[in-house]
Amino acid sequence: MYIYDAVDQRLVDERVAQFRDQTRRFLAGELSEDNFRPLRLQNGLYIQRFAPMLRVAIPYGLLASRQLRALAHIARKWDRGYGHFSTRQNIQFNWPKLEDVPDILAHLASVQMHAIQTSGNCIRNTTTDHFAGVAPDEVVDPLVWCELIRQWSTFHPEFAYLPRKFKIAVSGAEQDRAAIQVHDIGLQAVRNAKGETGFRVLVGGGLGRTPIIGTVIREFLPWPHLLSYLDAILRVYNRYGRRDNKYKARIKILVKELTPDVFRAQVDAEWAHLKDGPSTLTAAEVARITRRFTRPEYQTLDVLSVQYTQALARERGFANWAGRNVHPHKVPGYAAVTLSLKKTGVAPGDATADQMDAVADLADRYSFGELRVSHEQNLILSDVKQSDLHALWQEAKALGLATPNIGLITNIIACPGGDFCSLANAKSIPVAEAIQRRFDDLDYQHDIGELDLNISGCMNSCGHHHVGHIGILGVDKQGAEFYQISIGGAQGNAAALGKVIGPSFAQDEVPDVIEKLIQTYLARRDSETERFVDVVRRLGIAPFKEHVYGNADQKRENRSGQLAAA
Amino acid sequence: MATLIKNAKIAADSWQLLDRAADGSLPTVPATGDIIVPLPLWQAMAGELLARSGRLGLWLDSAEDPALVADSLEALSLIAVHFPQFTDGRGYSTARLLRERYGWKGELRAIGDIQRDQLYYLSRCGFDAFVLNDSLNAKAALSAFNDFTEAYQTSVDRPVPLFRRRAAETA
Repeated sequence: MYIYDAVDQRLVDERVAQFRDQTRRFLAGELSEDNFRPLRLQNGLYIQRFAPMLRVAIPYGLLASRQLRALAHIARKWDRGYGHFSTRQNIQFNWPKLEDVPDILAHLASVQMHAIQTSGNCIRNTTTDHFAGVAPDEVVDPLVWCELIRQWSTFHPEFAYLPRKFKIAVSGAEQDRAAIQVHDIGLQAVRNAKGETGFRVLVGGGLGRTPIIGTVIREFLPWPHLLSYLDAILRVYNRYGRRDNKYKARIKILVKELTPDVFRAQVDAEWAHLKDGPSTLTAAEVARITRRFTRPEYQTLDVLSVQYTQALARERGFANWAGRNVHPHKVPGYAAVTLSLKKTGVAPGDATADQMDAVADLADRYSFGELRVSHEQNLILSDVKQSDLHALWQEAKALGLATPNIGLITNIIACPGGDFCSLANAKSIPVAEAIQRRFDDLDYQHDIGELDLNISGCMNSCGHHHVGHIGILGVDKQGAEFYQISIGGAQGNAAALGKVIGPSFAQDEVPDVIEKLIQTYLARRDSETERFVDVVRRLGIAPFKEHVYGNADQKRENRSGQLAAA
Repeated sequence: MATLIKNAKIAADSWQLLDRAADGSLPTVPATGDIIVPLPLWQAMAGELLARSGRLGLWLDSAEDPALVADSLEALSLIAVHFPQFTDGRGYSTARLLRERYGWKGELRAIGDIQRDQLYYLSRCGFDAFVLNDSLNAKAALSAFNDFTEAYQTSVDRPVPLFRRRAAETA
């Protein structure tokens, strides 16, 4: 956990005072809605369908137990007793009152938290691998770099009014768990032949209306130049990114319109002026930030706990959970654990205040008082002794947080959708629930194997549907809610964008369609190890399409034609 | 009525801002007085402008590249940067380039949709004068310069970033 120093604390306190005054002036009529909007957005406050929505930053997904308790307190005191963990490792409260927000921010500041730049056309919360610092395949621990980027981006005076929002993700492992190929900037921390740390820099990835996989513009950026190079990218974007059309304003469009080579040349030309300037990082600063992170004091343990292996052999339920929700750890005898927020019947990513308090207790007792939020909208206890796993499982089960579905079809990523969000074309939560009910049988889920199913309620793609093995997108068809389905998307190293299988479906048709996709997969896979997405890659979408639509495809198109003509 | 803030104080404004006409034609230049001219006017008639009595300023629109005036700085007494909407942030980069790359030391004025809540970042990017479009609350707006007492990054007002200053203190 990064611990604030006096300046870090002073800045968030000053931010609370600034926003308190801005809110006061807005409520007094001294600040118009248009002038207030970007200010409140840069403090995470949206005006939503029913009430304001407050998005609180969880920098790079890292959270201390006392911070989670503070979030529980906020949920109880100022909201309706729950919060929603988002795909950007943040948490959202759906029912705060505008006039209470300064007090909420003050409470957050008291536990070294804030809502700074969680929305608006600025540099947003930097996200990373939810197993940062503990993953066995990690080459470089990304947390220190994330904090350096957090500080650099916080109140950056030049980049507060960009053409559009700007998201940076950092990965330091062999497997990309931070979706760096679909961010405005993706940073892959690597080591060169001499063992020096640097970054492979990708730009122009993103989902939304125009999904694009990012392009590498620099293979190896030595770490001292990280901030000056980011300044150069952001300056080129700030000056030349499109501002005439918000749908074409993301950096991905600039990179595409210029071509990656021309964009790279512009960044290099800008960087030539900034390189080796005062923003150049020093070993002393990296060491200082490193020291401000508390690190678990691990015990020396056997690689494999006997207690753990015995419990695995004894209890099938425990073994099922361990098979899905327990992850390898770089320290012998430890494991990382996912507490699933994907129980059937609960909106994906939602947690009640009581659950948050209970998870904070679990973190204190089992995981050095720390936890992570994953971009798959689950909570992670990152440092659990193997010998504690069985006891933890029992407690998590009692809390409804032990659904053994990580990586399976019911671990659905979903945005809040039309139930809450004013941008949505269609609801997400009931669709997720209907699919979870359809595939509730655990044996069936395990038989289907690894499958990412992602749902977005609109083209803004907060539910990352483009990179789901199965992606579901809410669309508006003549005022009615319909769902377009794509397959073959993937996150991680082999990131890919899914292909739409055909015309969209009504809400109640969706579970049947998913079932047909699964049947096609099961009938066509060459072995149990060939995953759904592998079959789509091998065979293309045609067999899936055929099974879903049969000759109904043609009828459907005719019908839409008639509707359009009518 | 707009109010000029200069060096964090309310100040009298002797400058006249010349704009293009609605049809895009260049404005007529008054014989005397301090004027701020649009870039195309400077490009079209630099000689005439320099021959006038009265000081000369120039303003850049948000899309205009400050490199275009880099060689003219000696002739100018003021540069203004226009913000068509306060959400158009290009002028922040323009200001830093003028100060940090082209070495502009004179008055750098933010004009257009300028309000209290942008003053702090604008000043950090090198603006020292602001034409505030809300004159009623101009006095109260002065406190915005003190919204924050420290900053992490390199900027015009703090060319050395916090981590280097901190290291220098403890050294």
